[in-house]
Amino acid sequence: MIRKATDLTHADVTPKSVYLDRRKFLRAMGIAGATAMAGRSLFELATPAHTILAGTKFSGLAKSPFSTTEKQNSYDDVTHYNNFYEFGTDKSHPAKNSKNFNTSNWTVSVEGEVAKPRKFTMDEILKLAPLEERVYRHRCVEAWSIVVPWIGFSFSNLVKLAEPTPKAQFVAFQSYYDPRQMPQGRWAGIEFPYVEGLRMDEAMNPLTLLCVGMYGESLPNQDGAPVRMVIPWKYGFKSIKSLVKIKFQQKMPPTTWNLAAPNEYGFYSNVNPNVDHPRWSQAKERRLGEIFKHSTLMFNGYGDQVASMYSGMDLKKNF
Amino acid sequence: MRALLTSKWTKVVLFLVCLIPLGGLGWRALGHGLGANPVEFIQLTTGRWTLRFLVFTLSITPFRKVLNLPDLIRFRRMLGLFAFFYVCLHFLTYLGPDQSFDLGAMWKDVAKRPFITVGFLGFLLLVPLAITSTAGWIRRLGGRRWRILHRAIYFAAIAGVIHFYWKVKSDVRSPLFYGALVAILLLWRLGDWFSRRRFVVAAKLSPEGARVDTAR
Repeated sequence: MIRKATDLTHADVTPKSVYLDRRKFLRAMGIAGATAMAGRSLFELATPAHTILAGTKFSGLAKSPFSTTEKQNSYDDVTHYNNFYEFGTDKSHPAKNSKNFNTSNWTVSVEGEVAKPRKFTMDEILKLAPLEERVYRHRCVEAWSIVVPWIGFSFSNLVKLAEPTPKAQFVAFQSYYDPRQMPQGRWAGIEFPYVEGLRMDEAMNPLTLLCVGMYGESLPNQDGAPVRMVIPWKYGFKSIKSLVKIKFQQKMPPTTWNLAAPNEYGFYSNVNPNVDHPRWSQAKERRLGEIFKHSTLMFNGYGDQVASMYSGMDLKKNF
Repeated sequence: MRALLTSKWTKVVLFLVCLIPLGGLGWRALGHGLGANPVEFIQLTTGRWTLRFLVFTLSITPFRKVLNLPDLIRFRRMLGLFAFFYVCLHFLTYLGPDQSFDLGAMWKDVAKRPFITVGFLGFLLLVPLAITSTAGWIRRLGGRRWRILHRAIYFAAIAGVIHFYWKVKSDVRSPLFYGALVAILLLWRLGDWFSRRRFVVAAKLSPEGARVDTAR
């Protein structure tokens, strides 16, 4: 039976304990299998086991025409190679340091130039629109990329519900920040809480995803639990994690990396192989799992959906 | 202590210890422990070990003098050559996976990106030092000229720190740590040079001082 997303609650379908048992079972199978194999697998056993905080399973997800058919990266890669500076600046830090991150009783505040400001609970967000699986390319400003099956729905669904006023020209986003839960954040070298922003037309673009999960499950902490943005034609840092505030406003909002280094990171930060980062080339990228780099596509390959929003703009100036 | 430092086995053990970072990479490679981005992992690891071995090499002279352990000199060449060994691996990860062995593209990148330029400069500075590290070359060049040439390691270490500092996005703790170590080791030399100069001047001025060993 296929259930509609509207029937789901945040803690639905597979109880966590059952899910964890499944993991335990799989791990036991893994160990049995590994011991059956020689040499190489013994090395695998010697490397530290990855413990993954189990999420809620989603089922009955709608497929999306925006999905790429490219080979998806492994769940292990996407959960153990993260930039989430609140939990530390090394790629391996977020997986380790976000284990006890408490995301229960999460709310997202929608405010500013809207007719209907309100707070959403996670259950309300999950019922806001049918959940889809969207397999997107994700291109980091550091010139690596991944392919991830995200779960969520177009952010425009939420915008329509809030009824922005004509004054709303931009959307400002804010991440959760708690120095007690994120003590490594003080060494990040950037200001927290992390803030991001989009122009209104960018926010309304159907590609812009309000994301609650990946790989069939709710988001792991290190990937921005419980709810994040995914904007696939922009560099990864635009896709803000662990979202708590959405504010509609007339002015272009400040964005964290732009505040940290205005000459290196612009407001738009569209993936653009022709405009290099001042310190490194953006012409190529390394897909995780591959040795050699391949060419980066304009707008990360989403030009058909987004290029028209920037017609007439000098993208070298508005980088 | 002296017996330990002059034993030939110490050198053998140290050689094997210096190979541990490489062994660690090999071990991880066999067990899939290189993470999601193995190229980057190897690049960062070999880069860090290059800086570490440069620091170890630069520490020999201060430790010899401060701790009065002249025999430490036996290990300096090996440590320096290991710095060169790890920087070669580091460079290969750049030339190969990053630049697809395309020398033209590499040159363009070296010329265009200051952080690559300075890293490459540091690498080039170490090449003549590695070549002239043999006893034959010391003889051919003469001790004085050889010593002057090998001061290039100071600039290689500084270049390495700048390369690292310019590479990171915002968390500069690690580059600053290596920067501080290199600064301490170079400032110690500056201080040592000043005090020796004063000693030499004093020795020249007083006939009694002239009898003191000035070849220190």
